[in-house]
Formats: sequence, C-alpha cells, structure tokens
Amino acid sequence: MNVLPDHIMKKVQDHPCYSEDAHHYFARMHVAVAPACNIQCNYCNRKYDCANESRPGVVSELLTPVQAVKKTLAVAANIPQMSVLGVAGPGDPLANPERTFDTFRMLSEQAPDIKLCVSTNGLSLPDCVDELAKHNIDHVTITINCVDPEVGEKIYPWIFWQNRRIKGREAAEILIERQQKGLEMLIERGILVKVNSVMIPGVNDQHLAEVSRVVKSKGAFLHNVMPLISEPEHGTFYGLTGQRGPTQDELNDLQDACSGDMNMMRHCRQCRADAVGLLGEDRGDEFTLDKIENMEIDYAAAMVVRAELRADVIAELESKRAAKAAKQNVVSLVSLSSAPALRPVKMAVATSGGGVINQHFGHAKEFLVYEASAQGVRFLSHRKADQYCAGDTSCGDGESVLGMTIKALEGCEVVLCSKIGFEPWGMLETAGIQPNGEHAMEPIEDAIAAVYAEMQAAGKLLVQPAHQLKSA
Amino acid sequence: MALIINELCVNCFACEPLCPNKAIYEAKPHFLINPDLCTECLGDHDAPQCAEICPIECAIEDEYGEVLNPPGSLTGIPLQALQALHEQSVLDKAAARS
Repeated sequence: MNVLPDHIMKKVQDHPCYSEDAHHYFARMHVAVAPACNIQCNYCNRKYDCANESRPGVVSELLTPVQAVKKTLAVAANIPQMSVLGVAGPGDPLANPERTFDTFRMLSEQAPDIKLCVSTNGLSLPDCVDELAKHNIDHVTITINCVDPEVGEKIYPWIFWQNRRIKGREAAEILIERQQKGLEMLIERGILVKVNSVMIPGVNDQHLAEVSRVVKSKGAFLHNVMPLISEPEHGTFYGLTGQRGPTQDELNDLQDACSGDMNMMRHCRQCRADAVGLLGEDRGDEFTLDKIENMEIDYAAAMVVRAELRADVIAELESKRAAKAAKQNVVSLVSLSSAPALRPVKMAVATSGGGVINQHFGHAKEFLVYEASAQGVRFLSHRKADQYCAGDTSCGDGESVLGMTIKALEGCEVVLCSKIGFEPWGMLETAGIQPNGEHAMEPIEDAIAAVYAEMQAAGKLLVQPAHQLKSA
Repeated sequence: MALIINELCVNCFACEPLCPNKAIYEAKPHFLINPDLCTECLGDHDAPQCAEICPIECAIEDEYGEVLNPPGSLTGIPLQALQALHEQSVLDKAAARS
C-alpha cells in the first residue's frame, strides 16, 4: 500500500517531502524569488508577509535570484542534509519566469548536487515546460483543486490571461484546461508530476476523488490532498466568509478514498514559501540576508561532505526499508484475533525520527498518527502540536500550548512517547487519551501493535471508545 | 493622465513587466509609476495592465483618486467582513504600540 515504484523511488528517495523516512535525514529549502501571481485563490491572501505564520504563500524576505543562489549555497554548505531547493512562491513561480529560471540556471551551474523543484497553479505551465526540462528538475508540483469549472468558479475568483482579468466560469475553464495540458506535456517529457489539492468541505471534497482519478490516468505519480487553512485573521475570502477546513477524520477519509486510485502523501507539513531545514522545523532565521552576507562558502569542499553524507544516509534508508519489508512478510499481527468485531484505534506517537518512539511528550512539535486495526498498523497523518501561527500576542486566543496539543490529538485514544510529565499525563487522561511511556525506543509499528493487543486483551476494543464515554 | 500606485502595494512585481511604456519601477516602500511615461495603456491594451493584474484592491488609483479595483471587487469578500478585518488590525496595531 502506498509504495512508489522503484524507478520513481530512485528519483525521490532523498527528497524529504516524499517519505516519512527520508524527511528525518534530508532537508529542503524554499527560496522566495517569485512574488507575482497570475490568479487569485479564495484560500490565499496576497498580503503575504507575516513572520509568525507557517503556511504556504507566506514569507518574510523576498530575494533576488542572485541573493537566492547565495542563500542556497550558504544553507547547503552549513546543512549538508539539504538536498532539495524549491521555488514555491509566495506567488506563482511560473508567473515570474525570469526570476525563477535565473535562479535555476545559476544553481544548475554552481550547485549541481542540489535537486530543484517547482510548484505552480498551472496557468503558465504549458509555456514553461521546455525551459523546465533543461534544468535539474525531477518533478513539478501542480495545484489542481478541480477538473470541473462549476467547482472551479467557487475556488478562483479571477485569473489574468492574455492581458485581461477574467472572472467567473470562464476563468476556471481556462485554468483547468491549462493545468491539464501542462500535466500532459510534462509527462510526455518524462518529468514526474505531483498534484496538490486543497480540500475545501462543501466545495471540492466530493470532487477530489474524481481529480485523483483523472490526474493518475494522465500519469501523475502522487496526489497530495491538504486541508484548507482558513483562519479569519489571515484575511482570505474563505477565512472571512466562515468556510471551514476539514476535520482530521474527513481528511483521512478522503485520503483513503483517493489512495485506492493512487499513491497519497500523508505527511505534508504545508511549509512556508521560505522554509529552511528539515520538515517541521524552520531554520530560516539563521540564513537571513545580512547573515549570509558575511558567510565564507567553499562550495567545492561542501560538495564532498554532502556526497559522503548522502551515500551514508541512502545506504541506511535502504537497509531499513529492506528490513521492514522482510519483517512485514512474517509479522502481520498474527498475535491479534482477526475477529471482525474489533474496532480500529488511532494512536499518536512522539518521535524525532528513526522510526522509533524516542521523544518526550513535552518536546514534541508534532505527532504522527497511526491507526491500528485487525488488519495491521498504518500511518495516517501527522498533527502539529504547536500551531502554524505562533504570534499569540496578536492572534492567539489565550489557550495554553498544552490545551492546543490535546485538541490536536482529538480522536486519538493513546499517545506513545518516551516520557511524559505529571501534569500533561493528568490532562490527557481527563481528555480520554491514554498516555503511554512504556515503549520508549521501540519501533513505532511494533509498539502500536503491542498496545492494540493489550487493549484487545483488556476488552477495550469491543466497547465504545473511551473518549466518547468521558463526558458521561 | 497617469495612474498611481499607492501605499497598499505589496511589492509583488506582477505589474512591472506588463507595462507597455516601462513606466513602473521598483521603489521603497513600494512600486511607483512614472507619470510622464504612463498612458493608462491607451493604444496598447483595452484596459490598464497594472490594474488588470494587481491582486490588491484599491492599490491603483487614477489621477482623480478613484481606485480601479474597489473593495471586494477582486476577492469577493463582503464589505462588512473587510471592515471588521480592518478594524481588528487597527486595534491590534494600537495594542502593539501601547
């Protein structure tokens, strides 16, 4: 399930965004060279500068291509795990073709060991495919929220096309046609295509399974369904008109519905357009323009270090994958009864990587959520513990971080961590979530299977889940 | 006649390459239009290109101070909601100063 074919795996194995394994070893960065956009989306506010938010389309410092190259070299020399450079906004990279391609051209020459990636709304894509094919670009991401203009006109108020601002149904028709054409042209040229979709309940949630089917039939290798972010304080159309985002369950259900059709990506962190570092962390502050100005960079030396590190990590990842595959053939939770009456249970895990439970509850910035059932253990999603907006002086609601963390774990019945403090233990129990520190340093899937088996033995899998009883 | 870019501009560069007269230039704190060069695109396009692509409502004005993209015209956000957001941001700024 959800395993990429070998030839694609080879291309993306050191890309942190494509596997839950790789993202603990490889880092990515985005450079904000592309501020202009040629469409408006109802989930975007073009006033993009906010230092406190972490979400797509937000940056604090716009760079020229020359500055972007300098920053990339500085990061790659200081963070040798940095394997991928992306241009992702804050506008549309292909609506800024000169700035985007100048950046790519210089990097292809000066840092041939860095992979380049680009994401686009697709409107200008057909015009840019040939130029894209010239660079060290393995894959392109297209955001496709619909293949039906009737849905599209509820998402896109306007596009700028052939010197005119076009609104309504016509705008959606043109955008959809260009996206699909661009997708087909990339596939023809052998460039991998990932499709991102924003799940907007009541707008395109019912439609995204169809999107998944269409883009897969045309050759996209991955479909990443992301939840709508629509806080009113972000000032977007959806935020200000009360359009809600999906719940975790709705998102997981849709990802399930689509994964029958294609490989889904369940660990997307919806990074800022200028994020630097491992997924879920942002070291952008260490590489601001004034700081990189004074850095001495010997990129030739850095490349040697980077190549060694990459070889080591890939060897480690491959041996882990092989070990896991061998084990899965033997242990398919045979110890559990396969009685169909067993209900599935969601469990959250605090981990800093390596596939083991190795993080203190209080240190976890995010949790991985798994579902255990009679069929086995599977990864569902990650959940952020600290909210993407940390600007609590201006836009927080005064809720404690712990309270927000517990809210983020809604629907989970167990949280596995290496250790946990007294106070959060009590609060979690009150919220109907059982803390568990007994499986520290154990492999995640094994520990979850063990806890599930204990719950079964205790008769907890036949009754109502604990969190539904707590208010009684 | 010439158009004006006001302080609402977010410096997104979208308009700059579209200007048929190269009248738009990068400046601090925001892009500006050279009034000697601006023709409001007469003779080149049906509509002024900067105002056609600008994503920010009210950021481009004509010589009479009329905005080319009035509030709500681009985002579709109801005026009441825009007003509430504006008041909140004024309050936040005041709170940050105190």
